[in-house]
Amino acid sequence: MSIKEEVDILRNIPLFAKLEPAKLKLLAFTSERLTFAPGQPLFNQGDAGDAAYVIIDGEADVLVDTAAGKTRVATLGRNAIVGEIAILCDVPRTATVLANSPLTVLRIAKDTFFRLVTEFPQMAVEIMRELALRVERMNTQLREAMSRKAS
Amino acid sequence: MEGSLYRFVLRHSPVETALVCALTLASLPIYYLGLDVPKNIMNQAILGRGMEYPTQVFGVTLDQVGYLAVMCAVFFVLVIVNGAIKQYINTLKGRLGERLLRRLRYELIARILRFPQPHFRKVSSGELIPMVTAEVEPLGGFMGDAFVQPLIQAGTLLTIVTFLFIQNPIMGLAAIAMYPIQGYVIPKLQRRVNMLGKERVRTVRKLSDRINETVASAGDVHVHGTANWERADFSERLGLIYRIRFEIYQRKSFVKFLNNLLNQMTPFLFYAIGGYLVIKGQLTAGALTAALTANKDMTSPWKELLDYYQQSQDSKIKFEQVVEQFRPAGMLDEKIQEPILEPPPPLDGPIGFANVSLVDDAQNRVLEAVTLTIAPGETVAVLGPPSGGKDAIAMLLARLIVPSGGRITIGDADLTTLPEPVTGARLGYAPPHAYLASGTVRDTLIYGLRQRPVTAAKRDPAAEHARQRWLAEAAKAGNLPLDVEADWVDWSRAGIDDRRQFAARAMELLDAVDMADDVYQFGLRGRVDPATQPEITDAILKARAALRARIADPGLAALVEPFDPDRYNTNATLAENLLFGTPVDPAFEVDVLASNPLVQRVLTEAGLIDELIIIGRKVAETMVELFAGLPPGHEFFEQFSFISAEDLPQFQALLGRTQADVAPVNPADRARLLTLPFKLIDARHRLGLFDDALKQRMLAARGALAAALAREAPTAVAGFDPETYNAAATIQDNILFGKVAYGQAKSSARVGTLIAEVLDELTLRPVVMEVGLDFAVGVGGARLTAAQRQKLAIARNLVKRPDLLVINNAIASLDQASQTRVLDGVLRERGKSTLVWVMESTAAARRFDRILVVADGRVAEQGRFDELNRPGTAFAALAAQ
Repeated sequence: MSIKEEVDILRNIPLFAKLEPAKLKLLAFTSERLTFAPGQPLFNQGDAGDAAYVIIDGEADVLVDTAAGKTRVATLGRNAIVGEIAILCDVPRTATVLANSPLTVLRIAKDTFFRLVTEFPQMAVEIMRELALRVERMNTQLREAMSRKAS
Repeated sequence: MEGSLYRFVLRHSPVETALVCALTLASLPIYYLGLDVPKNIMNQAILGRGMEYPTQVFGVTLDQVGYLAVMCAVFFVLVIVNGAIKQYINTLKGRLGERLLRRLRYELIARILRFPQPHFRKVSSGELIPMVTAEVEPLGGFMGDAFVQPLIQAGTLLTIVTFLFIQNPIMGLAAIAMYPIQGYVIPKLQRRVNMLGKERVRTVRKLSDRINETVASAGDVHVHGTANWERADFSERLGLIYRIRFEIYQRKSFVKFLNNLLNQMTPFLFYAIGGYLVIKGQLTAGALTAALTANKDMTSPWKELLDYYQQSQDSKIKFEQVVEQFRPAGMLDEKIQEPILEPPPPLDGPIGFANVSLVDDAQNRVLEAVTLTIAPGETVAVLGPPSGGKDAIAMLLARLIVPSGGRITIGDADLTTLPEPVTGARLGYAPPHAYLASGTVRDTLIYGLRQRPVTAAKRDPAAEHARQRWLAEAAKAGNLPLDVEADWVDWSRAGIDDRRQFAARAMELLDAVDMADDVYQFGLRGRVDPATQPEITDAILKARAALRARIADPGLAALVEPFDPDRYNTNATLAENLLFGTPVDPAFEVDVLASNPLVQRVLTEAGLIDELIIIGRKVAETMVELFAGLPPGHEFFEQFSFISAEDLPQFQALLGRTQADVAPVNPADRARLLTLPFKLIDARHRLGLFDDALKQRMLAARGALAAALAREAPTAVAGFDPETYNAAATIQDNILFGKVAYGQAKSSARVGTLIAEVLDELTLRPVVMEVGLDFAVGVGGARLTAAQRQKLAIARNLVKRPDLLVINNAIASLDQASQTRVLDGVLRERGKSTLVWVMESTAAARRFDRILVVADGRVAEQGRFDELNRPGTAFAALAAQ
């Protein structure tokens, strides 16, 4: 397992896809590779968000608290990123994420990430573009949903 | 304390002074003979005047040469006797002076201990320290001379003058003709010098105060960029001192010049008048020679007398100016601090305030006619608005201030007059901001048990005899003759028999003030020497084995990578893997290991050095690639880079001029590159630069280094051995005996829990905590957090089980949960102590027998919580804030 592999995985994540390789390598080098045992939480709903996680190997479940207890809303696998909203703005975790197999992740700490973004404006622009795309996608989805509801 | 230096000397060593003076007077006739004999040698033995040879001396017949020999022998003996007496007098007055200096310093320090507490807001240590140390230093020599020196010199002078008068009255008159002029002029000139001397003392004192202030506020100087203003200010002060000193110098040297000039006039008179008398046959040539010799001898005592005069003026000023600073108004009575060697009587009667009022130094009325009673064993919470007087009540009870009017009593005794050794043992007080003297946690806890020597120190008879003489000497200088080496700790006040039982009691109290875990952590970071405490290190080795067994569990195995002599530890740096031990000699610290000659030699012999340099080049490539785009000073350099921002360009250049995969030949390049791989941690940095073959070869190098170390520097490194305790490493590292693995979620916390579990299973937590008791708190408790200092300050009051415990807003710096735990602990551990707690929290006050609300210097209301917790009360108003 070396840093090269982590760089490859980061490149597959849309948020980071357009960044130059050297910057991705710096991001990987300044991040921590962590393993979690099955059932161990990456974070719990309501925690303060301090990092985003990129899944390198294994799977994780996303659980949301409901009246009926925790409900699984998604399962994430290799190359997925989770918790990235928390490193962009100060919101508590909106879900709990648990490892459901032996899980290896790259932990990108919020302050490290922010320092990279402030240092390399190109990175900020790429991330803005990605976020704008997301908003656009959601708007489209919303419009479709509204028109479906209307009809 | 005496206001005058001479009175101080006379009062404290009258006998010695009298003895020295008497000896001096007794030596004068001998000195006189010392003048008379040479005259006789000249006139009678050499010139043969008035003598018939052979002559009879004490019945022995002598010719002229024989007579000369006898007279010379007599002269020789006189010289020896005179010298011996002088030496003896000098020893006496030296001792006299040094004892007086010791006494003076002791007296000054003792006075600082008796300063009224509010006075410490007005004086700074920057002023006090130089007074006690440097300013009084020259007084030591002077005090020995104070009475003797003028006596010797004036006596000598008088002897000479008498001698001259006996020779010839006119010669005598000639010798002293200039003295009246000198005696009139010199003191006049000196007066101005004295004034300047006073000014100098004051200016230098202000300077030292300013230096003290600057040191304390160095941070502010930087923040506000006021260094130049400060320098200008200092320059101004130094200029002032320069002016004063130079003027003193000029004036003093003018006095000397004048004195010399006048002295030179006397030989002129001698030659003129004496010569005339010899020619006229009214004076013998021998007498004139002797007179001239005597006159030469006169210059020395006269000069000494003048020096003495100048010095005495100087010393007088210094003494007066120091002493004046040590007489603040409201000093504690000396009797209050007198040692009491018996166990202190209890102070468990009811506490009464009768019309107590207090006016502070700014004439504000802080308390007005407060009258109240506190029953023994009662718990009282004192609340109120800030500066309403609640703080004053606590300080009055602790006797840090004394009432301006009214009386505070405990039982029948007036609190103001109770001796400090009794109140110190029987009353407890925790201030809002605790200052802890440097020492260990244990020392801090037992500080309040040291009112008197309890058990004499054990010594062999010779050492005891020497000690008694040592203490007798202290008594002669008016110092306290108590043995500081005795055991001063009154363990019975802590409710235990001796030192050995203290640790267990300390644990209970540390738990009570919510500090048990902190001390446990100190213990884990502590070091123990297996040679002196084998029982502890053996126990820790058991914990190591138990932890090893625990992490054999596959679920936990990934958390720790143990040190294994036969395996490369991927969670340790290459340097740590190579050294495989804890450095004792700084030359083997992991940061400098790459440049250690022994290590380099071992690596060269193992054929590894080129390979490591090539790896170093690869690390440099990666670092340049990653960090070259960042501005210098970016936090990433410090956090992540192996190469500092300043060094990065040099490495860039180095990479440009060297080839990949070939180790450069330039020694500087080699040295530079070699440092890099030493910092690599395989599991953390994930650069994939170490393959298994290299790791195997590193293990061989580890073995070679260990062998070389054993041969050449056996004490430089404490090696890792699974079976032995490593004295250079902390307890935690000894238990862990490995590295916490990178890449495991929350591994540090989980390992911490594992260690705690293992220690609890083996009931070793108290052992670790006992090591924690030896943690050094630092100067003023600087190595502790503010909260830890407060907790210790409370715990040390609980240790002595006081009859009255006063806590003055002492837990404000703790978080809410911790405050509650401390409150619980103190209420639990106070035993029968009366407890008065000045606090802010109206909720906590619920737990006390009675609540006092103090506002505007009066007890506004008092009662139980349920009585006061009603709408409309002052208490309810406080609670609503």
